Amino acid sequence: MSAGTHDTGSTDNWDWGAVADFMPHFWDGVLVTLQVLALGSLISFSLGLVWALAFRAPTRLVRWPVGLLTEFVRNTPLLVQLFFLFFVLPEWNIQFSAETTGTLAIGLHYSTYTAQVYRAGIDAVPVGQWEAAKALSLSYRRTWTAVILPQAVRRVVPALGNYVIAMLKDTPLLAGIGVLELLQRSRLEAAQTFQYTEALTVVGVAFILIAYPSSLLLRALERRLVR
Amino acid sequence: MTAGLWEHWVLPGIWITVQLTLYSAALATAVAFGVGMARTHRSRLVRFFAAFYTEVFRGTSALVLMFWIFFVLPQLAGWALVPMWAAVLALGLSYGAYGAEVVRGALNAVAPAQREAGVALSFTPWQRMRLILLPQAVPEMIPSFCNLLVELLKGTALVSLLGIGDVSFAAYLVRLATTESAQIYSITLIIYFVLAFLLTRGMKVLERRAKAGIGQFPEPLSTGGWLRFRRSDAKSPELSSTGVTGGGASR
Repeated sequence: MSAGTHDTGSTDNWDWGAVADFMPHFWDGVLVTLQVLALGSLISFSLGLVWALAFRAPTRLVRWPVGLLTEFVRNTPLLVQLFFLFFVLPEWNIQFSAETTGTLAIGLHYSTYTAQVYRAGIDAVPVGQWEAAKALSLSYRRTWTAVILPQAVRRVVPALGNYVIAMLKDTPLLAGIGVLELLQRSRLEAAQTFQYTEALTVVGVAFILIAYPSSLLLRALERRLVR
Repeated sequence: MTAGLWEHWVLPGIWITVQLTLYSAALATAVAFGVGMARTHRSRLVRFFAAFYTEVFRGTSALVLMFWIFFVLPQLAGWALVPMWAAVLALGLSYGAYGAEVVRGALNAVAPAQREAGVALSFTPWQRMRLILLPQAVPEMIPSFCNLLVELLKGTALVSLLGIGDVSFAAYLVRLATTESAQIYSITLIIYFVLAFLLTRGMKVLERRAKAGIGQFPEPLSTGGWLRFRRSDAKSPELSSTGVTGGGASR
C-alpha cells in the first residue's frame, strides 16, 4: 500500500468542506443504521425469549437442538453468517433485500446472546415463585406469563440494552453486503472524492457519540431496576 | 469443491485466521493489563486517560476502527502498516479495551484486606500489584478472557473485508470459483465453531491450572455438558452490564 499523503492544497490534512459535503449522506446513513438496529433488536428480543423458553422445555428433543443451534450461532462470526444468508437464501429461492437480510442476520445472531440473558434472568427468579405458582395450580402458560417472566424481564432490561449497543457497533458489518448504512456511505463518499479521512473519522466519532451516552444511561437504569 | 481450492485458499486461510487471533490476543492482553492496572492507579490523571482510552475504543465499532487504521492513518501519518498488522492493531486495541474492564473488575474484586496487608508490610505499589493483587486476580479473569477470546476469533472475520486472505476471504473466493454458496459457507462456519471450541477448552484447562495455583478447585471439566461450552454459569455475568457494551462481548 502506498503511503503518500493526500494534500488538498493546505498544510492541514483535514478538510471541513469534505465534512460538510458528507453530512447529507451521513444523516441518511444514520437513518438506515437506526432502522436496522430497531428491527434487529425486536427480532433478537423476541427470538431470544423463544430460545430461553426452549432451554426449559420439558423434553430433550427440544432442549438439545436449540442448545446446539444457539451455541453454533453464538460461536461463529456474524460476518460469515451474513454472507451465508445473503448468498444461500437466494439459492433456496428466498429473495430478500440486502437490508432485510442484514437485519435478520443481526437479529438472529444477537438472539443467541439475549437468550442467555433471559436464561440468567429466569434462573434468578427464586424457586419459591415456581412453587407458589404450582400451589395456586396456575396453568403452565399462566405460570410463565403472570409469575416468572414479569420478574425475570425487569431484571434483564439493562443487560438487553447492552446488547443493543453491541448490535449498534456491529451494524457496519452490513456494509459487507452493500447495505447503505453509515460505514458504506462513508466508503462511497471516499470513493467519489478520494478523501478518506473526513468521512471515516466522522462515522467513527458518531459511533462513540451514540454508544458512550447510551452506556451511561444504561448504567443509571441498571442502578434503578436491579434492586 | 476441489482439492486445489482447499489446499491453496482454505487451508492457508485457516492459518491466517489462527495467526490473526494469536497476535491480536497477545496485543489485547498487553493493552488489557496495562490499561486495566492504570485504572486502579493512585494518580487521577492516569486513571482519567485509562478510562478515556477504554471508552473511546469500546465506543467505536471494531470494523470502523479497522477501516480507519487502514485508510485514514496512512494519510494522516504519512506511513502505512502492512494490512495484516493494521488488522492486528485494530483488533488488539479494541478488544484490549474490553479486556481492560475485565482486569479492572478482577483487581477491584480482590479483598481490600489483601491490599491493606500489603501496605502494612510496606510493600511498594508495584510489589503489591505483582505479589498480592495479580496472583489472586488473574484466575478470576480467565473465564471472561475466554469469552473475549472467542469474540476476538469472530472479530478476525472482519479482515476479509479489507482483502486479507483469512478463512472468510477464502470462502468468498471459493464461492466465486464454484458458484456454490451453501457448501463453502457451511464449512467455514464449522471451521470457526471448531476453532472456538478448541480455544474454549484450552482456556478451561488454563483456568483449572491457575485456580489450583492459588488453592481453588473448580468443578471437573466434564460437568456442565459440552453443549454449553462457553461460560454462562456461576454469577450470571449476563446480568451485569459493566462490561458488555462491546462487539457482543459478554463480560
